[in-house]
Amino acid sequence: MSRYDVIIVGSGAGGGTAAQALAPLVAQGRRVLVLEQGPRFRDGDFNGRELEMARELYEGEGGFLTREGTLTLAFGRGYGGSTIVYTGTSLIAPERVIRGWDVPGLAWGDLEPRCRRYMAENNVHLLPPEAINDNNRLFREGCEKAGFRAEPFPLNLKGCKGSSLCNLGCPNAAKMGTHRVQLPSAERQGVEVVTRAEVQSLGERSLRVRVGERTGLGLDSEWAPGLYELQADLVVLAGGSIGSSALLLRSDLPGLPRGVGRRFTCHPAHILVGEHPRPITNDVGHPKSYFMDRAAQEGYLLETCMYFPFTTAKNLTGFGPAHSALMHAFPRLQQILVLACDKAVPGNRITVDRLGRPVVHYRFTPAVVRSMVAATRAAARIFFAAGALRVHAPSADPPLLEAAQAGDLDALIHERHFQTGRISVSAAHLMGGAGMGRDEGDSVTDARGRVHGRPWLRVADSSLFPDSLQINPYLTIMALADRVAEGVLQDLGALAGRSAG
Amino acid sequence: METNASDHPGGFAFPDSLRACLKALAGAFVPEAEGCSPAQWAVLEGVLGQALAARPARLRRQVLLLIRVLDLLALVRYGRRLPALAAERRLVFLEGLSRAPVLLVRRGIWGLRTLVMMGWYTQPEVRETMGYRATAAGWEGRR
Repeated sequence: MSRYDVIIVGSGAGGGTAAQALAPLVAQGRRVLVLEQGPRFRDGDFNGRELEMARELYEGEGGFLTREGTLTLAFGRGYGGSTIVYTGTSLIAPERVIRGWDVPGLAWGDLEPRCRRYMAENNVHLLPPEAINDNNRLFREGCEKAGFRAEPFPLNLKGCKGSSLCNLGCPNAAKMGTHRVQLPSAERQGVEVVTRAEVQSLGERSLRVRVGERTGLGLDSEWAPGLYELQADLVVLAGGSIGSSALLLRSDLPGLPRGVGRRFTCHPAHILVGEHPRPITNDVGHPKSYFMDRAAQEGYLLETCMYFPFTTAKNLTGFGPAHSALMHAFPRLQQILVLACDKAVPGNRITVDRLGRPVVHYRFTPAVVRSMVAATRAAARIFFAAGALRVHAPSADPPLLEAAQAGDLDALIHERHFQTGRISVSAAHLMGGAGMGRDEGDSVTDARGRVHGRPWLRVADSSLFPDSLQINPYLTIMALADRVAEGVLQDLGALAGRSAG
Repeated sequence: METNASDHPGGFAFPDSLRACLKALAGAFVPEAEGCSPAQWAVLEGVLGQALAARPARLRRQVLLLIRVLDLLALVRYGRRLPALAAERRLVFLEGLSRAPVLLVRRGIWGLRTLVMMGWYTQPEVRETMGYRATAAGWEGRR
């Protein structure tokens, strides 16, 4: 059995950040290990092929279905976790959201400077005007004409060529995720990273890990395939909302807080498509340059996006000739992503099946449906204001709306058409399951990610969110992981002593 | 070259008895699939087979059962099996089911159409025909 001072499970925004922040421990003679379920990809592996990349980079090929079968969840796997496949959007959480979480010991004033530090470290900046493609420019112009305010996304790019393939892994190594910045830094300082390492179970300061053979793309694991029993003075869970929650739920730890797996939120989303009379630049250039924040007022966000052919086809409602005609208008299509800022509610949660695999339960509340419909109406207005001939709106029936109908959007886009199982809804901002809070009665961890009643066990990912963040989460995950690592550095000496004793 | 499921011997093979139904469904969901070349069909079926092979056996059984049920439903409703239905009637039939009051039925149709679209819209020639041109070269490739 191998023994480490700290074992971090997961290498995404949370795990990668924690790994770098804890790397100085190695110079003090401590052993720090990161376990990542997915492989370590080579730069050349990111080939932009939609099907192959979905299989390699995403859990369940990017189509992990909820128990109800009405929502697909996208989350990455591999060295760098979901930071391999996000678009690099780097926003600081709104102060009102962090205040609303009401977590004792957690203040926006503490998170904000940490976010700024990681923004600098990850080269976060706004795109220059010449790098903005028509798909994004039309969103900004449409917002202006329709009376909305578009804001530019700060992005963590270095040497972006505008491949537009961000969600399939950047083929130009231009996205400064943890796979490019924090993990290599941690490894240079002596942190061990083992890929293809799936944590099967978690015991009292111990983990049972299965290292897999190489399949598909990526390098062999750093360890020989097989089963490993590991011990650690301190374990940091950073496998994402679903991964960390599922591991806790299938663990051999009696008496964990009852909140494990609960308070799951995900910003449920779908795409709208507007068809323009002439071709626009849409499949070249960064796909996500602008957003519009109506979270505080109406519970939604709009973001620019441009997905790949199959993802686009899947997200349009219906099938047959009308669907096909729209797909063949691809060079003239503008896309907008509609996201609802859902609230944590009882019933929306993560559980595990009898084999310990995660099962996500999610029902759309009336408030979420209202928000998605309001967001769809706003997006349709923006498309038409930008000059679109027709708009495909999932919560309209039929979904294709002509410009002549632009004055009647409130009647045409309606909650009664939001029919789950018919329209495609997906989510990539997976949050909650091990939420921070006051005590075991209302949460799983404290404000530093310490699991209540188990000081050796920490959580450092989006599981910590006690409710949805109402904005893209990566920078906030990094800031929270940084706080967790700070707590680890403070507590490790005492914990190691207790463990040895 | 695009990886396709026919390269993978581990893919799930559709029973011959269901192939005509599957083709009829694919043609309703993606009209171009109706008259596609044998090579394109092989890729489509291979992608479906590989996607299903990666999923639990229970789900594979459900998909096959759903195809059989749709075939029988068409027979009961129109007096013809699914492959013998005219294209417009097939479309109306499936569109009706996609709006069914029962979630399970809507989910089933959504799942089948999504599988077919996965098999079709990931094909390089199809993307080319649609005018989708994204490459790693990005802006440099367009100037």
